[in-house]
Amino acid sequence: MAEKKSIIVRVKRQAAPKEKPLWEEFELAWRPHMNVIICLRDIAENPVTCDGKRTTPISYDSNCLEEVCGSCAMVINGRARMACSALVDSFEQPLRLEPMSKFPVVRDLAVDRSIIFENLKRVKAWIPIDGTYDIGEGPRMSPDEQERAYPLSRCITCGNCLEVCPQVNERSDFIGAAIISQVRFFNMHPTGKMHARERLEAVMGPGGVADCANAQNCVKTCPKGIPLTESIAEVNRQAIRRAVTGLLFG
Amino acid sequence: MKNPRVVIVGGGLAGLMAAIRAAEMGVAVDLFSIVPVKRSHSVCAQGGINAAKNTKGEGDSPAIHFDDTIYGGDFLANQPPVKAMCDYAPHLIDLLDRMGVMFNRTGEGLLDYRRFGGTLYHRTAFAGATTGQQILYALDEQVRRFEADGKVKKYEGWTFLSAVLDEARVCRGICAMDLKSMEVRAFPADAAIFCTGGIGAIFGRSTNSVVCTGSAQSALFQQGVDYANGEFIQVHPTAIPGEDKLRLMSESARGEGGRVWVPRNPADARAPLDIPSSERFYFLEEWYPKYGNLVPRDVATRAIHKVVFELKQGISGEQAVYLDLTHIPKEVLDRKLEGILEIYERFLGVDPRVQPMKVFPGMHYTMGGIWVDNQNQATNVAGIYAAGECEYQYHGANRLGANSLLSCIWGGRVAGQAAVKYAQGLQDGSDATPSSVPEAEVKRQQERNAQLLRQDGTENLLAIWKELGNWMTEHVTVVRYNKNLERTETKVQELQDRFKKVNLSDRTQWSNQTLNFARELENMLLLARVITLGALARNESRGAHYKPDFPERDDPNWLKTTRASWRDGKIELNYEPVDVGLIPLRKRSYTATK
Repeated sequence: MAEKKSIIVRVKRQAAPKEKPLWEEFELAWRPHMNVIICLRDIAENPVTCDGKRTTPISYDSNCLEEVCGSCAMVINGRARMACSALVDSFEQPLRLEPMSKFPVVRDLAVDRSIIFENLKRVKAWIPIDGTYDIGEGPRMSPDEQERAYPLSRCITCGNCLEVCPQVNERSDFIGAAIISQVRFFNMHPTGKMHARERLEAVMGPGGVADCANAQNCVKTCPKGIPLTESIAEVNRQAIRRAVTGLLFG
Repeated sequence: MKNPRVVIVGGGLAGLMAAIRAAEMGVAVDLFSIVPVKRSHSVCAQGGINAAKNTKGEGDSPAIHFDDTIYGGDFLANQPPVKAMCDYAPHLIDLLDRMGVMFNRTGEGLLDYRRFGGTLYHRTAFAGATTGQQILYALDEQVRRFEADGKVKKYEGWTFLSAVLDEARVCRGICAMDLKSMEVRAFPADAAIFCTGGIGAIFGRSTNSVVCTGSAQSALFQQGVDYANGEFIQVHPTAIPGEDKLRLMSESARGEGGRVWVPRNPADARAPLDIPSSERFYFLEEWYPKYGNLVPRDVATRAIHKVVFELKQGISGEQAVYLDLTHIPKEVLDRKLEGILEIYERFLGVDPRVQPMKVFPGMHYTMGGIWVDNQNQATNVAGIYAAGECEYQYHGANRLGANSLLSCIWGGRVAGQAAVKYAQGLQDGSDATPSSVPEAEVKRQQERNAQLLRQDGTENLLAIWKELGNWMTEHVTVVRYNKNLERTETKVQELQDRFKKVNLSDRTQWSNQTLNFARELENMLLLARVITLGALARNESRGAHYKPDFPERDDPNWLKTTRASWRDGKIELNYEPVDVGLIPLRKRSYTATK
């Protein structure tokens, strides 16, 4: 029988948006298959730091715990990722948990990512159907087209691609890979492509697709393996074509 | 009244569909959700959505879908609303297709369909193994479009606390709390639609998401909204046990040919693929030759329990059986099941394309829920509607796989329309309600918060939750004995007492998740008792409700809906007849064709 192991978890805490961050350290009993969510729950059950100080449970976002809702993104040992699928045994100790840095902190590890949802509005990320009435089937689509589009539609809006992007910073309002990939997705759909122009125009201005500096961090960090750099290249091509057409024909 | 407002609580499939329908009818919608709606639990639905499109020449029809659903639910569902849902299902698939859901396609460019449990037909449209996510996103996008047009206003990061009821017990709005500022506020509404999903957290660990606590349902119950058939809890046969959650392995794995087995010799220490076929016990295929691995969930779950606990044939004596996909070509698996294979691989570090998965049943779904009427998804309180998993209407004593997405979207659509019509027909809207009514409700809720933050006891919130979950899982899931149900009722009452002495480890006023969970847990405890008492009273076995001491379905005594009410601080159980006017009763058995 193995001896009773423990693990050390260091958490960067912040009581409220304008408060100063500080670090707290916790020692937890190790169990097999432990993930970061289980660590945070252990702390909530007994919020006492390594120095024996009583503190509060850690605030964080979570929901599905199977990496499909996009809630629990945070920075773990310096890398943006989902807490639920972060298995403790695959990390070096001590485990360091920080909130994402590109979004305003709400409290502790919980951040406000509403900008991403706002940007989905800006690029009109939807199929403009006429109504929910019975007006028959949707457009036909080949299995090939479906297989190209489906991976793009698996984006969980976690924000990891923004977190790792050097172009997303205080001096720039780059819209980011996830949104650009959604533009590509909707422009692929037989109905969606009828409105491709509006979407392209939304990413042609400042902060748009041209602001990508090709660091390619996004595609490496995406938990869903979405081909984000391909999406950026494709939307860039569409945008240039649109710009040229606009110059020639208005 | 002229310009009514409708409040919708919950932004999963049902809530979003209700919002779309209400907004489309020209009504102002306020949509409340604990999480950003795109992160709702509907994303976890994997396998697909049922509609009898009959695209494969099998002779399927909405009538057969209706019969499968009623039979699968062991005749406990009122039949007319189920028929209406099955009849309309093909139109809903068309609508989702038009919204751009990336359903898998056939060579002709049509939607592909696969088989699911409890049917012999290919009736389940699917988008890989992430169908719920894909459909939720499509509805989310449509709602975002209405939001951009100013027709829907979202309150994400707010939690529902209570309904605002006037002196005549008519709903005039809701009381909600901002989970950041902890502000409690009343929102006027002429009708409120509740789409607050599942109750998994009552069982501690389940396949449900964190927000699925049943807290809203319980709060409504305590305000006079009845709760029906609470004792019918679906335990999914194939989940991956985990300390934080039981992760679902979709029925679609079996729909695509996955096989469930254990070694014939439980002491067999060989790797699963080294065990020859003759030494494997494919118990579902042996016991149910016609449906095989695709028997309904309650049947498959009981079979696994029997194999593990009675026959002691779990793999290496553990509580686990194999779910085996290794005989299916990798290319097919990646195209049709990638989403779930990824989950298994990521959380267990084993590739299910080359190794059989180890699974065990896990609490998954509640068939029971808020009582609603047969036509309008209306509860017994005027102005309150319910749709989706939080209501009881469509699945009887056991839900068939891929019928939940359907019932969410259908129920949301019906509720959206009905709530708008009700609100438009009101003489006086919520604007005529004296302001003292919402003010009193806000005050009541603020005082509850203050009391919880103030009290100085010795009890630990999470410890109480764990005990609740352990008791409910052990005694109120797959196999039920009256003695244990009685003990559970006593235990939960004890937990309710202990809750009064709970000491919150966080007393701050900003983004206090502990306070919010305390409020949820208090509601969960009460709803746990509704479920347990319903199960205790029902002395028969029907669908997911199984009592070895009463092993048969008992129609003369128990063909009736349990309807729980809150009267003077007590749970009261009443019963009402089931409408079985369309499909005659017959014995449910999956050992042969039904």
